[in-house]
Amino acid sequence: MYRIRHYIRPEQIREFSLIFIIMLAVLFFGTQIDGYYSARTFNRIAASVAIITVLAAGQTLVILTRNIDLSIGSIVGFASYFAGQQLSANQDMHPLIAVGIAIGFGALLGSVNGLLVVYGRVPSIIVTLGTLAIYRGVLVDYAQAKTITTDMMPTWLVDLPRVNLFTVGEIEIRVMVGVAVLVVIAFQLCLTYLLLGRRLYAIGSNPDAARVAGLPARRIVLLAYILCGALAGLGGFMFLVRFGTITVSAGVGLELSAVAAAVVGGVNIFGGAGTMFGALFGAVVIGTLEQSLLRMPNVSEFVRDALLGLFILLAVASDAVILQQLRSLWARWAREARETPAAHSEKESGHAS
Amino acid sequence: MPPSFKWDSLKRWETLLAVVLAVVVIFNISQSSVFLRVDNLVNLFMLHIEKIIVVLIMTLIIINGEIDLSVASVMGLGACVVANLYERGVSMEAAILVGLGVGALCGIINGFWVAYVRLPSLAVTLAGLIAYHGIAEMLVEDRSIGNFPDWFNQLGQKALIGPLPLSLVIFFILFIIFAAVLHFSAFGRYVFVIGNNREAARYSGVRVRQVKMMLYIMSGVIASLAGILFAARLGAVRASTAEGFELDIITVVLLGGVSIFGGKGTLAGVGLSIMLVLCLRNGMNLLSITGNTQSTVIGVLLIFSVLIPNLTQDFQGFWNRRRMIAK
Repeated sequence: MYRIRHYIRPEQIREFSLIFIIMLAVLFFGTQIDGYYSARTFNRIAASVAIITVLAAGQTLVILTRNIDLSIGSIVGFASYFAGQQLSANQDMHPLIAVGIAIGFGALLGSVNGLLVVYGRVPSIIVTLGTLAIYRGVLVDYAQAKTITTDMMPTWLVDLPRVNLFTVGEIEIRVMVGVAVLVVIAFQLCLTYLLLGRRLYAIGSNPDAARVAGLPARRIVLLAYILCGALAGLGGFMFLVRFGTITVSAGVGLELSAVAAAVVGGVNIFGGAGTMFGALFGAVVIGTLEQSLLRMPNVSEFVRDALLGLFILLAVASDAVILQQLRSLWARWAREARETPAAHSEKESGHAS
Repeated sequence: MPPSFKWDSLKRWETLLAVVLAVVVIFNISQSSVFLRVDNLVNLFMLHIEKIIVVLIMTLIIINGEIDLSVASVMGLGACVVANLYERGVSMEAAILVGLGVGALCGIINGFWVAYVRLPSLAVTLAGLIAYHGIAEMLVEDRSIGNFPDWFNQLGQKALIGPLPLSLVIFFILFIIFAAVLHFSAFGRYVFVIGNNREAARYSGVRVRQVKMMLYIMSGVIASLAGILFAARLGAVRASTAEGFELDIITVVLLGGVSIFGGKGTLAGVGLSIMLVLCLRNGMNLLSITGNTQSTVIGVLLIFSVLIPNLTQDFQGFWNRRRMIAK
């Protein structure tokens, strides 16, 4: 048993438990809903999870540094509206430029948040509560009550949600899902192996120590906000692709879903702990519950939010209670291994042979 | 700066708020002759009365170093419970009592997780925000329940004492009670001490968990009461009643000079900030500025309320260094 702690950390057990929960949920819904195990179910859940995953990835970067970004719902709305407007004005714009516009616009709004937090020394919750209202208000004035509709869009964009990267049997891996998975993997690699990623954790676990150690904390937090805004911009473009019709209230409330996905995925709301895969699993759990409860025959659609809230609470509570237990168990194993080095090395050599 | 010079009193947050408020009031008077009339002032309050009632308890919770994002959902839930029970034939009086009880229950749930399990209040009340709203949706679904008894509707609309409707009377009474409790009672000192340093308070023998629990229960009951008053004013209840109010409520509290990190703030500042936001909205209405631009202005105000003191501090530091070098 001692050996386990060399390979697995308590936090990883918590992430595995999410996979277990997803499997349990799928098994449960399979007995309740006719034809649940179908490619259609998978595609539907995957499409709704993709956007939340991208947003939760950005949110995770910010939460890791012990900050929060409550404005991403408005950034998604503004970026999707702006990109849609540019596309309808220039029909032959290159798709990559369109994506770039959305991401760049999101990054711009994110950098405003970051500058205020870092150089204005305003608490992040105040800044992003303010910009949540400001970005939305400016969008409403900017849009002049006009709506972006599908028939204003070039045809490639309208067809994009149905384009498959590849298909496994009947399961279709759509472009949007591919983008979401790519984002998660890329940022997970950054967090694990790049200096920037390790510094995000360092700042989140102890801002003062990070500053004393000479980390450029201000620039890194600013960068986290810019990346979060950029990912919200990407999420906005995916929103535009998925729905085609963008009103001024596009993306309202997405900030709460993103925070919820990150928190369910084990990202510590006080910073310094959490992974991209955790955020992905969190988004999948929430997406699976949401989409499946929607199709439960005996459950009214109105129960959904009540169960979702309960689930988030349980996830946070399990963080505090179970993770604490696991950590102390790990610590005890480490202590015992130290006190009986002979027995431990014997075990290890025995294991090796 | 010589010490006899009383700059510090001018630099107080409340002073700044009062000056800005005076400017806005003078502007409003210049724009409209009816601004200072009693019915306009009553109307000014009544448009946002439910929010500003909840602002009072939110002030205590934020000073205590916590936050309650679920208040708007509790407001909606309280109203939906009352409407649902009334529709099933329960008398209105009993329904209101149950509604307040449900509010208290929500507060107990929040308080239990925050005070006893020590989970972050941001996460707990975020879950509460979603869950309580979900329960409200289960009760009312996508309908709108109305046809309340006449006395209930009049409660929200008709003047009770002089020109003041019931909810405004409740607001003023609660304001006085909370000001007394926060600034002149042992409980109020505990709220500040815990907000400053939870551990220090615990080692000094303050019953941290009870104080936090009390605050969350009060928050639940008052939010539920505000929701019921909102139902009485509108005459109908939907599941989305009061949705999104939490941001407005927290904005007003923070604008009143209460620190989001806890331990700092006065109810006088919050009172001024309530007046400022109400007058500002009224003034923008006079200029026919729409609701969305109004939210933008309030958002800018919220950020500037913290940004400007920080920047002046930076500038002063810069100036002092310059003078030192010149010497």
